[in-house]
Amino acid sequence: MDKLLEIRDLCVEYHTDEDNVYAVNHVDLDVYKGQTLGLVGETGAGKTTTALSIMKLLPQKIGEITSGDIKLNGESVISKSEEAMRKIRGKDISMIFQDPMTSLNPVYTVGDQVAEVIKLHYPDYNNSQVEARVDELFLMVGLPPERKTEFPHQFSGGMKQRIVIAMALACEPQLLLADEPTTALDVTIQAQVLQMMKDLKEKLNTAMILITHDLGVVAQTCDQVAIMYAGEIIENGTVEDIFEGKDHHPYTIGLFGSIPDMETKSKRLHPIDGLMPDPSNLPKGCKFNPRCPHCKDICREQEPPVYVNGTQTIRCHLFK
Amino acid sequence: MEMPLIETKNLKKYFKTGRGTLHAVDDVNFQIFKGQTLGVVGESGCGKSTLGRVMIRLLDATEGQVLFEGKNIMDYNKHQMNELRKEMQIIFQDPYASLNPRMSVSEIIAEPLKVCKVITNKKELEERVFDLMKTVGLAERLVNAYPHELDGGRRQRIGVARALALNPKFIVCDEPVSALDVSIQAQILNLMMDLQEQFGLTYMFITHDLSVVKHISTEIAVMYLGQCVEKAPADELFANPIHSYTKALLSAIPIPSLKYRNMQNILSGEVTSPIDPKPGCRFAARCPNAKPECTGCNLELKEVSPNHFVSCIKYM
Repeated sequence: MDKLLEIRDLCVEYHTDEDNVYAVNHVDLDVYKGQTLGLVGETGAGKTTTALSIMKLLPQKIGEITSGDIKLNGESVISKSEEAMRKIRGKDISMIFQDPMTSLNPVYTVGDQVAEVIKLHYPDYNNSQVEARVDELFLMVGLPPERKTEFPHQFSGGMKQRIVIAMALACEPQLLLADEPTTALDVTIQAQVLQMMKDLKEKLNTAMILITHDLGVVAQTCDQVAIMYAGEIIENGTVEDIFEGKDHHPYTIGLFGSIPDMETKSKRLHPIDGLMPDPSNLPKGCKFNPRCPHCKDICREQEPPVYVNGTQTIRCHLFK
Repeated sequence: MEMPLIETKNLKKYFKTGRGTLHAVDDVNFQIFKGQTLGVVGESGCGKSTLGRVMIRLLDATEGQVLFEGKNIMDYNKHQMNELRKEMQIIFQDPYASLNPRMSVSEIIAEPLKVCKVITNKKELEERVFDLMKTVGLAERLVNAYPHELDGGRRQRIGVARALALNPKFIVCDEPVSALDVSIQAQILNLMMDLQEQFGLTYMFITHDLSVVKHISTEIAVMYLGQCVEKAPADELFANPIHSYTKALLSAIPIPSLKYRNMQNILSGEVTSPIDPKPGCRFAARCPNAKPECTGCNLELKEVSPNHFVSCIKYM
């Protein structure tokens, strides 16, 4: 498999007046061509920050990549100028944001918004070529091209998300970052959109990072899974490793215990006690130690090593 | 037979809009018995929240009755309603928007007690607030905190404490966990089930998440465009769904297990408009088994097996 994206030792901090927020800490990630990586974690785990770093879209001045490197096709993205990045964004890497309601401009027609991407990246296209490409994209995501002259408010949530996906795929990017693309949608519509994304990914051989907190979505769509907690990847592996493997990080076990199981009749859930630590004041040693049921002295003192088991990695003292 | 705690009879709520009449709740009938939970499931816009609000008269019904302990509350006057409010409470969906940002935790929890003049003594009020905070698992030190200082899970605990303050018999839970992370969701669900056991509460649990609803409900009603299309005991509904919409909803849930990969049957189309709906089955436009006779017929819930009701032309 060809490696498309390689993230090594990525650290991101947000600087505020009062303190520094350690949003992403020493993250290593690989994404291969045509594969989908599920990035799973709760609110504040650093999933979106990781995605924004890849696009170099961190808020200026406040957000800073303090160390590490991100390579796309072997070329470092971090050192690229803003001008060079603008050529990459939307063309090589594009992003679908969580909320389709707010990621479209309400005063432009949806057709114009899809056309904008094409015009930017293919300046030599004439108007009819652009329009033809817009029609093609609308058909691809299952919308009638006649509706391209309408405004975002005239569409339902699922349709708006399709438009956003059309924009993201307009230039057939190599890497698609999908930040909770279906969280704002109803289940039946979520199933439609996920199926469509799966089909398109296969058709265009696009690699995808799917950010989600829903393990069900991951099981249905991903090839690789990375689980994030307090800015770290605490477990990483293939879907088989995560869903069927026998060794897991205690946090992963907690996440699975929190989901109401559709098959068994057990009435009580087994959530993880407590809350995610404050990212400006992370605990010493393993970041999960205050909530971990297996916490030992060493967990409070030393950062856990990475335990490697075939394709799976776990960052925990329990495994040697 | 035992009398249900709360019961609706031909309940309707229509809204007038510029484009016609919106049928938010259209002829809904069900009963909830003491200590049980009715789960109401459906996609956005199916009228489930409106139903919850009409049940406790935050909205007035267009037609029909809501019977609470056998009495029709629809013709209660203001004074009677004030008394009744102590018996029925609501927990809202969004713990960020449903708490007044300018009130401290203790003020929020004490407010229903003050408004209904249940406790007037300051000392007693304080004790009751601490008592409630303990019940829902909020640390005492948070008593003077403001909502913005707290995370979603803690905020929702305040919402639960506020709903419990008056010792209600019936609580409408309008998507109480959908804005929360999974691990926090599980904490709140466990809390709500414990409280139900402890105080003998009756819940109407509104949600779009079928896996949550199975967990907490005794009975489930599936709604589509203002109507109840299927109603059955929770386990029965999951084991043996009959209506095509229920089947589609169940199949659309992403299951966190690799066994079910690529096994979904996906519903095409989207929810049609609830404005001036045509007679007949409202789901017909998306139903994979629709026949010409589905439109134009009059459907109602039929009992196909004990306690399992479904509204579909196949069973008329």
